[in-house]
Amino acid sequence: MDARESSGSAPAQKATRDMYLPPERKKIADGGTAHISAKEFSVYYGEFEAVKRVSADIMSKYVTAIIGPSGCGKSTFLRSINRMNDLISSCHTTGALLFDGQDVYGKFTDEVLLRKKVGMVFQKPNPFPKSIFDNIAYGPRLHGVNDKKKLMEIVERSLKKAAIWDEVCDRLDKNALGLSGGQQQRLCVARTLAVEPEVLLLDEPTSALDPKATAKIEDLIQELRGSYTIMIVTHNMQQASRVSDSTMFFYEGVLVEHASTAQLFTNPKDPMTEDYITGRFS
Amino acid sequence: MNIGTRKILDRSFTAVGIGSIVVMAVALMIVVVPIITNGIGAVFFTGTVEHRKMLFSEFKRGDTENLSSEVASSNRYRAKVYEMLTGFEAELEAMEPEKKVEFKGKYSEVRAALQALLGPFPGDPEPMLTRFKYGQTRWEKAEEKLHDLLYESKWDNSNPEVMAKEYFVSRAIGFQGTSLVKLFPYVKDNLDKMLIPEFTFYWGFITDSSVDSHFFGGIWPEIQGTFFLAFGAMLFAFPLGVVAAVYFTEYARPGFLNSMLRSANSTLAGVPSIVFGMFGLAFFINTMKVSESKSVIAGALTLAIMILPTIIRAAEEAILAVPKTYREASLSLGSTKWNTIATVILPAALPGIITGGIISLGRAAGETAPIIFTAAVSVGSAIGLADVLTSPTPALSWNIYNLASEHEAAAQIRHVQYGMVLALVSIVLMLNLSAIVLRARISKKLKG
Ligand SMILES: Nc1ncnc2c1ncn2[C@@H]1O[C@H](COP(=O)(O)OP(=O)(O)OP(=O)(O)O)[C@@H](O)[C@H]1O
Ligand SMILES: [Mg+2]
Repeated sequence: MDARESSGSAPAQKATRDMYLPPERKKIADGGTAHISAKEFSVYYGEFEAVKRVSADIMSKYVTAIIGPSGCGKSTFLRSINRMNDLISSCHTTGALLFDGQDVYGKFTDEVLLRKKVGMVFQKPNPFPKSIFDNIAYGPRLHGVNDKKKLMEIVERSLKKAAIWDEVCDRLDKNALGLSGGQQQRLCVARTLAVEPEVLLLDEPTSALDPKATAKIEDLIQELRGSYTIMIVTHNMQQASRVSDSTMFFYEGVLVEHASTAQLFTNPKDPMTEDYITGRFS
Repeated sequence: MNIGTRKILDRSFTAVGIGSIVVMAVALMIVVVPIITNGIGAVFFTGTVEHRKMLFSEFKRGDTENLSSEVASSNRYRAKVYEMLTGFEAELEAMEPEKKVEFKGKYSEVRAALQALLGPFPGDPEPMLTRFKYGQTRWEKAEEKLHDLLYESKWDNSNPEVMAKEYFVSRAIGFQGTSLVKLFPYVKDNLDKMLIPEFTFYWGFITDSSVDSHFFGGIWPEIQGTFFLAFGAMLFAFPLGVVAAVYFTEYARPGFLNSMLRSANSTLAGVPSIVFGMFGLAFFINTMKVSESKSVIAGALTLAIMILPTIIRAAEEAILAVPKTYREASLSLGSTKWNTIATVILPAALPGIITGGIISLGRAAGETAPIIFTAAVSVGSAIGLADVLTSPTPALSWNIYNLASEHEAAAQIRHVQYGMVLALVSIVLMLNLSAIVLRARISKKLKG
């Protein structure tokens, strides 16, 4: 079957997805709008088409999981949303990707402003080699907050939101590289939150962490759901089903299926999705 | 490969490695030990009363009372020498003309040797050059001069097949039958009483200006000049180099022009320093006219051009070694490219950049060729900071060369040359050491 076709029917999916939402989430979803929408969106590395004509709506304040086998273009798609792919000179796009109705790759788009609104947490924790305080304050300082008291407030709030305040509040002036991997990852989340983004992109945020630290990050996502539009790439099916409202399944650059998480995991429409989530291939 | 062969290979490699390190260490010792021992000898040595006289009259240093009592006691023993001389002169007058001519020649040699040893005789006119105003200031030199007094050096040319050999003939034999024959044992036995050798710590060697073309040491102008030149070069080369490295790594589009620039930079790093010296003269002095003739600024600029490629390369490598994740993290927080460079990339690359910088600083301090035509003079006083735009300066590297090969009394002041070598080596070592310490401190701060 042509995978491209199934991804093309976004409006129909939207209706079904809402039906599967739990009651408390429904309230948020009601009147929910597409925060990010891709229209025939492709990403190329040179000649190679890594993301193939994807059309999808990512709803505001949803947690959207992206699953798929390795090399299927999950990271590429995620990174194209805040234009991190600009760092790769061979990378270019076709089609349209809209954020808040504006073309992300438009001629007049300010990618710096875009990245302020679309924060990202990477697979490997990447704190700066600075103090914990300076790590969190880095973003706010960039955007013009210099008042020490205000910065402290932001740092505290962000660390609390990322559920790591209790662990680091007495050593804010210590180097962030001295933290454990799990703590570093939550610090990175806090650092991203400090900029007050609208969207959080998480690219396999727990793949480098042990189960305990993973649980903390998952709790954190639960905590943040409803306040941010969150997109999370994961190889862990349980994680996807636990934390997300809707799920996208990619295969070789093609968006095979995009549905509410409950539906995608219990009643996938596409046989390929079923094969993947039941572990028949990976 | 079986385990036996592998082990043998491992072992032999280890042996070769250790062997080469040992060879290097030995070579280093062979170079460094004489530098250190001879260099220290310039500051710590057995000085004579002549040295103390020199310090007092040239620098007003030393204890007047002590010195005058020393001089008085030394003069008591010298008086006998002078007495013998006048005695012999009278004897000479009374001789037959033939004999007189023969002895007169020998006698003037003895006189000259004594003058070199003890300084001008009483009643002699004041010599023009400071070096002739005093006798031997260092005891080991005095012993050499004593040997010159006691023995005449002759050359054995009898066998034309081999090189002429030097041999010594006692002068006392030549004066057999005259009153002067007693002079030689007297001077030999009483030299220590006439010169009063004493252990001396001559710190002025480092802090004084040179007296009579470094005859007695005094290398402060050279040290200061070296610092001016090296730091002046850094002042230009370091910011320029870092900016260029940032441009190459962050802004330049890969392409023909960029790769041309990079290979030009690598080529420049390998150009012999004398070429930079000529370039500095032709460009900075003759074309740009940064100064009338040699000046510190022209030398510093020339050195800057010389070390620029190295700084650029070191900074480039340091910047490229910064993990890509830092850049991603910063950009993803909505940082501009410039901000990312200034607040994340450069601080993380700083240890590498600084190491490159300080190694270049050491190189600038040690190079001779670039400053020959642009900044260095053989003798001069320490210049003030205000004069760097117009005056040339002595510098250690150039003066070491000068003392070794061009100074008219090179052989007599080897110790000064070694003192300069040690000073230069210490400065470069100190710079490198501070690079290591600085690097370690910054790295530690970055690593947490
Ligand atoms: N910088 C690049 N240059 C060229 N090709 C790339 C580049 N980065 C990724 N690709 C290719 O694009 C495709 C998608 O890569 P991507 O990293 O998006 O996969 P992914 O789904 O995130 O995989 P994983 O689960 O292993 O992280 C792969 O075939 C990969 O080889
Ligand atoms: Mg990936």
